[in-house]
Amino acid sequence: MLRVNDMHFRYGSFPVLSGVSFSVERGELCGLFGPNGSGKTTLFKCCLRFLHAEQGSVVVRGEDISQCNIEHLARLVAYVPQEHKPPFPYLVREVVLMGRTPHLGGFFGIRRRDREIAMDALATLGISDLADRPYNQLSGGQRQMVLMARAIAQDTPLLFLDEPTSALDFQNQMRIWEIMRDVAEEGKTILACSHDPNHVAWFCDRVVVVGDGVVVAEGYPEDVISEGVLGKIYQNVCSVRMLDGVQMVMPRCVTERNGKQGSSYPLHDPLFAEACGEVDVET
Amino acid sequence: MTEPTGFNHLLKKLGYETSGGFGEERKIIILFSLAAVLLITASIAVVLGTYNITVAEVYHTIFTHLTFGNVESLPRLHNTIVWDIRVPRIILATSVGGALAIAGAIFQGVFRNPLVEPYILGVSSGAAFGAALGIVFPAIFFSIQVFAFAFGALAVTLAYLLARSRGETPIVTLILAGVIIGSIFSALVSLLKYLSDDTALREITFWLMGGFYYATWGDVILLVPVVLISFIVLWALGWKLNVLSMGDDEARALGVNPEKYKFVVIALATAITAFAVSLVGIIAWVGLMMPHASRMLLGPDNRFVIPASLMMGGCYLIVCDTLARTLTTAEIPVGILTSILGAPYLCYLLRSKGRVIFG
Repeated sequence: MLRVNDMHFRYGSFPVLSGVSFSVERGELCGLFGPNGSGKTTLFKCCLRFLHAEQGSVVVRGEDISQCNIEHLARLVAYVPQEHKPPFPYLVREVVLMGRTPHLGGFFGIRRRDREIAMDALATLGISDLADRPYNQLSGGQRQMVLMARAIAQDTPLLFLDEPTSALDFQNQMRIWEIMRDVAEEGKTILACSHDPNHVAWFCDRVVVVGDGVVVAEGYPEDVISEGVLGKIYQNVCSVRMLDGVQMVMPRCVTERNGKQGSSYPLHDPLFAEACGEVDVET
Repeated sequence: MTEPTGFNHLLKKLGYETSGGFGEERKIIILFSLAAVLLITASIAVVLGTYNITVAEVYHTIFTHLTFGNVESLPRLHNTIVWDIRVPRIILATSVGGALAIAGAIFQGVFRNPLVEPYILGVSSGAAFGAALGIVFPAIFFSIQVFAFAFGALAVTLAYLLARSRGETPIVTLILAGVIIGSIFSALVSLLKYLSDDTALREITFWLMGGFYYATWGDVILLVPVVLISFIVLWALGWKLNVLSMGDDEARALGVNPEKYKFVVIALATAITAFAVSLVGIIAWVGLMMPHASRMLLGPDNRFVIPASLMMGGCYLIVCDTLARTLTTAEIPVGILTSILGAPYLCYLLRSKGRVIFG
């Protein structure tokens, strides 16, 4: 479905991607995982041709995207960006309807069906009540939900999601992952990047781990989200444990503290947390 | 509303929804009300003037012309004043106002900035330089209008070329390029002012303030078709403009080629601005204010903002021009009035709705 071959990209003289290759099969929910600045967003942008890779190719459903025009590409791939705020107060329903743009034709080309698809997408996300609110006055999390609805309305076989849950509360994070699972069940392919190893391990079919512009590991989450791989990209801050048969990634400082002190460790000790150093958790 | 009349069908074909709670009925009604207001304003304006002609006589004259009646039977003076002076002047004011307001809406959308006006890329400075050349050196630059248009278009082309690098024209670079080119042409206008004699200086100053003093049917026939065609094309691109105003990357992801459509809409908006400016001089504020007023009434969806801007811009200039020619016995340049009336309005907007509109 998606095949990235030997992608190279540099900003000026600063190399970001140096030979990234991987592929995603149809109907898969594939996680893209890697530390800050490892080139995940750049990879997305090269795949969408926002940026021009200096070397390498991207093949979507058998078509080399460098041969596709923008209109055609938008019917193949939908993109959920990390965050943006338009200057005009478009209503949420209008923003979601914009997802239908690649399928429109004619004078304005908006048919009743397109509006219904847009409203259905809002209902899928459970945010129909936001339909008549101005988009640029919503909270970051609400905007993220709206952009997700827009990508669903765009109705493409492949979806790129750039940290779709970064600004969401716990309940909405789970909802988005569930929705992504449902969408993948329908036979669509999703490549989603995330900073939470647990989310990736729990919900993704496969994981691609990038670090320093190359693919560090690729495979099933139970194999890839291991202490070895995480240790490589995060300098040994993680432990992997099993809890009720579910794989859990925990900060090493917590597991060690737990081992030493039993259950009587201070739950919220800021000094201790600081001593543990940076712990990679969802913001 | 459920009855499928021919008219509803047409609206639906255009992609507007007349039923089903999509909130567009209200906006469609507002658009038609604006059209009615424009017609009424024009009908009132045509009666007003320094020379007193009764309402009945004015409409009799217009009616005779519209029905191809016997024009010879009309009083000569009435015919000249109403049909040859007032009517073309009002039509010209409408189309200039409409053109500037549409261009303003387009530029604000493309530049993703509600504070830009159609002159941002230097079209006014360029046109002013062209016009000044025509005034100071009439022997070489034979027509003020032609050279105003040519230099207006030239200024924007230069700004566009200056900003373009590696197949892309980033918005910030484009605006900066416009400011640079604009200031060069402004400096050149100042130079011409310095070099010119008193009569020419006076003429340049008047041209810069804008006005419809010499409106003729010839101007109307030149401008109206251009504005109408550009309006229809830009209106049809209204939805794409919505997507463009979300940003270049967003537009690409949604299948709208930002470079292609930016070029098309900027070229059209510049063409109608340069054309309008070359005929009547620089009229400020309309292009900044009317798109805002439209957005306040109808929301930011350009499918509505563009037609609403056309009508509100037209209306506003008719009002300003009518005031300009009736307030005093001598004419006030209309650019002065648009600014004096417009600035307080924008202050009001800023104070009352600033947060909603400016995000």
